[in-house]
Amino acid sequence: MKVKYFAWMKRTVGVADEEVSPPAEVRTVGDLVTWLRERSAGHAEALSEGAAFGAAVDKRTATFDVSIVGASEVAFFPPFTGG
Amino acid sequence: MAVRVQAGDFDVGAELDALTKGSKRIGGLAVFVGLVREMHVREGYHKDRVDALTLEHYPGMTEKALEDIEAEAQRRWPLEATLIVHRYGRMEPGERIVLVAVGSPHREAAFEACEFLVDWLKTKAPFWKLEETPAGDKWVGSHDADDKAAARWEK
Repeated sequence: MKVKYFAWMKRTVGVADEEVSPPAEVRTVGDLVTWLRERSAGHAEALSEGAAFGAAVDKRTATFDVSIVGASEVAFFPPFTGG
Repeated sequence: MAVRVQAGDFDVGAELDALTKGSKRIGGLAVFVGLVREMHVREGYHKDRVDALTLEHYPGMTEKALEDIEAEAQRRWPLEATLIVHRYGRMEPGERIVLVAVGSPHREAAFEACEFLVDWLKTKAPFWKLEETPAGDKWVGSHDADDKAAARWEK
């Protein structure tokens, strides 16, 4: 599964995207966040409890209870500031 | 009915001509053009000068999100034509960032749907602004005012 990071989260994590293989018990976006925090200090900071960020599963906005089982791409990003 | 995400500028006149060409049912065309501002007004005063901004987006998701927003506008109002063109990349003050155009038999629907599209794309399309200021680059945080503007249309 590919995980992508955008805007300041990309800087904090240190990479724009990465391939990960979470264990079977990682089933939701929320589970993935918890699991990714263990990868590095940058991950832990970007995905910390207090950080304001959203997620998308296969390019659709997703809340933390959404399943990632079978997903090919999960993205994390700060609130949108376009227009 | 079209959505485009591109690095280059767009010609407003040419876009509107192409959008309305051949249609005899459009009585009103509402248009919004977003530009890069020279000064960034934050908390009611000019705090930082913005020399340029770089708009990052999420290729693939951006198009889907804009198409969803466009479909929602078409569900709510009787629209004959809609167009969203959004740029990404580096832009300087005065440059165009976004074009939203909505054609409808009647002006009320065109005005309302155009405002709705702008409000929703600001909060529901995956774009992030990086501002270049004399103090260095910084990512723009989300704005309460934008969230409130978008929330007006929730139902």
